[in-house]
Amino acid sequence: MLTSHQQEVFCEEVARKQLDSRWLNDQFHDYSWLKTSCKMSGSSQLENANPVIFQRSGERQQTAAEEDEDVHDPIDDREIFDILYKTTQNDLLMLYFANHPLSLEELNVVEQVRVQVNDADSTVSVEFTPTIPHCSMATLIGLSIKVKLLRSLPSRFKVGSGFTIKRSHLCSSNETWFFLIQIDVHITPGTHASEAAVNKQLADKERVAAALENSSLLEVVNQCLTSRSL
Amino acid sequence: MKEAISLVHKLSAHPDSRCWFVSWSPNGALLASCGGDKAIRIWGQEGDSWVCKNVLQDGHQRTVRKVAWSPCGNYLASASFDATTCIWKKKNDDFESLTVLEGHENEVKCVAWAPSGTLLATCSRDKSVWVWEVDEEDEYECVTVVNSHTQDVKHVVWHPTQELLASASYDNNICIYKEEDDDWECRATLQGHTSTVWSLCFDATGQRLASCSDDRTVKIWKEYPTEAGQGDLSWKCVCTLSGYHGRTVYDIAWCRLTGALATACGDDGIRVFKEDLTAHADEPVFSLAAQVKKAHSQDVNCVAWNPKEAGLLASCSDDGDIAIWRFQEED
Repeated sequence: MLTSHQQEVFCEEVARKQLDSRWLNDQFHDYSWLKTSCKMSGSSQLENANPVIFQRSGERQQTAAEEDEDVHDPIDDREIFDILYKTTQNDLLMLYFANHPLSLEELNVVEQVRVQVNDADSTVSVEFTPTIPHCSMATLIGLSIKVKLLRSLPSRFKVGSGFTIKRSHLCSSNETWFFLIQIDVHITPGTHASEAAVNKQLADKERVAAALENSSLLEVVNQCLTSRSL
Repeated sequence: MKEAISLVHKLSAHPDSRCWFVSWSPNGALLASCGGDKAIRIWGQEGDSWVCKNVLQDGHQRTVRKVAWSPCGNYLASASFDATTCIWKKKNDDFESLTVLEGHENEVKCVAWAPSGTLLATCSRDKSVWVWEVDEEDEYECVTVVNSHTQDVKHVVWHPTQELLASASYDNNICIYKEEDDDWECRATLQGHTSTVWSLCFDATGQRLASCSDDRTVKIWKEYPTEAGQGDLSWKCVCTLSGYHGRTVYDIAWCRLTGALATACGDDGIRVFKEDLTAHADEPVFSLAAQVKKAHSQDVNCVAWNPKEAGLLASCSDDGDIAIWRFQEED
């Protein structure tokens, strides 16, 4: 837990958007299920992009080339991961002080989140592994992941109005990426008894839109998205 | 003969929201749209452009999912996620809310008027289909609640000439209902799609039904007389169009004037299929006549052919826009 002074400094950092993953990792190593290392096994061959696996602990190493701003980075799944990862981190941290009681980590309901990027199709696929058997909870988690990603991405997306964002223009500055990505969220195959049922619901945009309009459900989703213990 | 689809007009109909559905008035002069902003908008042509003539704002508390004009054109029904169906009456150039039909347990997904104008059907995520009767005094009464589906019912559509109803569901099936002894019952269950059936439409004569699904296919069904003559109906799938759509097909519309089949797809595209008239009636052949791959910047939710002007097609999208297209066959 941070002291109140640290909290203040932290808030300022967040406001100035000067956070980077190394600093965050130093401060909060085990902070959430959405964190931390990714095992990048793919190259920039996006047609054969290998899944990127989020795990509970570990560090992501930044290469020298990445830190050199003059070197043009080809757009690949690492970049997309960074966008998701960094914006997701910032978002989570800003919500840190919101004091919501539940977090997905506390509930211990998600073990692994797998992200797969396919540039040719402009798709990002997120797989999550729920640890609980109940169908409705799994749907809720899937919905939370979807909402989180979509809120975190700096695009024209509006919450509740659609989960399809299409790829378009990318700016060179990391601060102003405009991404339109098709997002599919589903349960890791073989990990849940009713995965087909849950996946079907998550894929049905009309059902998702109606669920998000239901304000009490939206409240629970929002609660799931915040993390208290960082 | 070359066919093409050209854009006539694009409207930002439901800004900052998604447009779920568009419907032409029976005389083809007005287009009603509805969306996630809980509003219904009525569009009409003024000179070369399309303008918003009315905004029906306070009828619903949540998303308006579909709208339907009565056959006479004097009434508009709207189905909403707030579990109600609102009936609006057209008075001169304005619309006023006449009545609100309640009863469904949760989101109403569709509303449709029978050609007679005296019956209305609604369907909902509560898995039921309701049939309502309206009398000369504009009083509405529910006459039947049918529970033939095991999941969310997405769409209902009436046969163009008979008092026959079809419904499409999240349970991957299509049900056909007919009235017998004052009771509406499911007379046939059409199975074949491998995922949610999103929409349905009958052809001009009602002998065939087209369905579209999350399984990315379109199926054509034909009615066959049973040996007994009466009783249960028999519908068979006589054609499946697959490989054309990249994502879920959300809507399908069969032009009553030309027989062309239009589809709205989650891959942002609009496609028009034409039937090869030399093929056998029991094995119809449809080919892709024209398509607009990027008709909208997001999912296309609905397509609707103008009932009076051949080739005029309206579409709407998650991006909040409505587009008017012209499908032409150039010699």
